[in-house]
Amino acid sequence: MTHRIGVVTFPGSLDDRDAQRAIRIAGAEPVALWHADHDLQGVDAIILPGGFSYGDYLRAGAIAARAPIMTEVISAANAGMPVLGICNGFQMLTEAHLLPGGLIRNEKGNFIRRDQGLIVESTDTAWSNAFTQGQEIVIPLKNGEGGFIASNEELDRLEGEGRVVFRYSGSNPNGSMRDIAGISNAAGNVVGLMPHPEHAVEPGFGPDTQNAMRSGTDGLGFFASALTALLAV
Amino acid sequence: MPKADLLDPQGKAVAGALSRLGHDTITDVRIGKRFELTVEGEVTEQVLADVATLADEIFSNQVIEDVTSIRVDEAQA
Repeated sequence: MTHRIGVVTFPGSLDDRDAQRAIRIAGAEPVALWHADHDLQGVDAIILPGGFSYGDYLRAGAIAARAPIMTEVISAANAGMPVLGICNGFQMLTEAHLLPGGLIRNEKGNFIRRDQGLIVESTDTAWSNAFTQGQEIVIPLKNGEGGFIASNEELDRLEGEGRVVFRYSGSNPNGSMRDIAGISNAAGNVVGLMPHPEHAVEPGFGPDTQNAMRSGTDGLGFFASALTALLAV
Repeated sequence: MPKADLLDPQGKAVAGALSRLGHDTITDVRIGKRFELTVEGEVTEQVLADVATLADEIFSNQVIEDVTSIRVDEAQA
C-alpha cells in the first residue's frame, strides 16, 4: 500500500509543491490539503511547508497556526501521526504549541540563503530515522526569521531528552541558541526545522557535493524516515 | 515587546542608524507592537479580561514577547 502524505497549503505557502514532489520522489503519494478545510483526507502523515503564510503578519506562522485545518493537525499530531514542519511550518508548530521555543529574526537581520551543513543529533524520530547519529547532511537553508530561542530550562530539557534533532554545522547562520536547527516533540512524531529537505531530493537540483554540482539528495532521508515510521505502525 | 533578555535585531539596526547620525545619547532601541482594538458598547471587566487573554495567547507569543500594557481610550464622540 502506498502511504499518503498530506501537504497543507496556506495563503502564502511557497514550498508546498516542492514538498509534494519530494514525497512523490520518495515513493509515497502526496495529498494536497487546504488550510480552510477541516479534513485531513485520511492521510498517514502531514507536512507543513515553507513560505510566508499570511505575509508573516502578526508573527511568522502565528495566523496559520490558528487556521481551521490546524485543529485536525494538532489532534493528529497528539495522536502520534508523523508531522514535519519545514521553515514557516516549523514556525507554525511552535505557534501551535506542538513544539516548544520560538523563532525570531536572524541575528544579523538579513535573509540567509545557502547550502547548510547539519549534524543529525537524534535518529529517534519519525523524520530522521534513516540517518545515522552524528551524520553530516547538507540541505538548503533560506529564511529571515530562523533564530531558534527558548528559555535555558527548556533548552536543557530538549538536550536532556534527546529532542535536538538537527544542529547547524560550521558557523551558526542565524543566531539560533545552541546551534539548534530542528527539534522534535517528546514522542518523536512531530519534527520542525528551518532548513529545507524538500529542495534536496533530486540529482541536478540539490546542493553541490564533492562528486558533482547540485547532486545533493540528503533531503530524501527525511521522507524515507517517515515511510519507515509508517511501516512500523 | 520582545523579551528584554532577547536580541532584537530590528531595534539593533535602528540603534546603529541613530548612532551613525550622531545621536550618541541613545544607547539602545527596542521595537514592539501596538494593537488598537475597537469594541462595541462599554469596556467591561469581562471585555478587558478577554482582551488580556487574547494579548497573551494570540497578539503575543509568550516565548519571545511580553505584553507590557493594556489601556482603554474612550472613542471620540
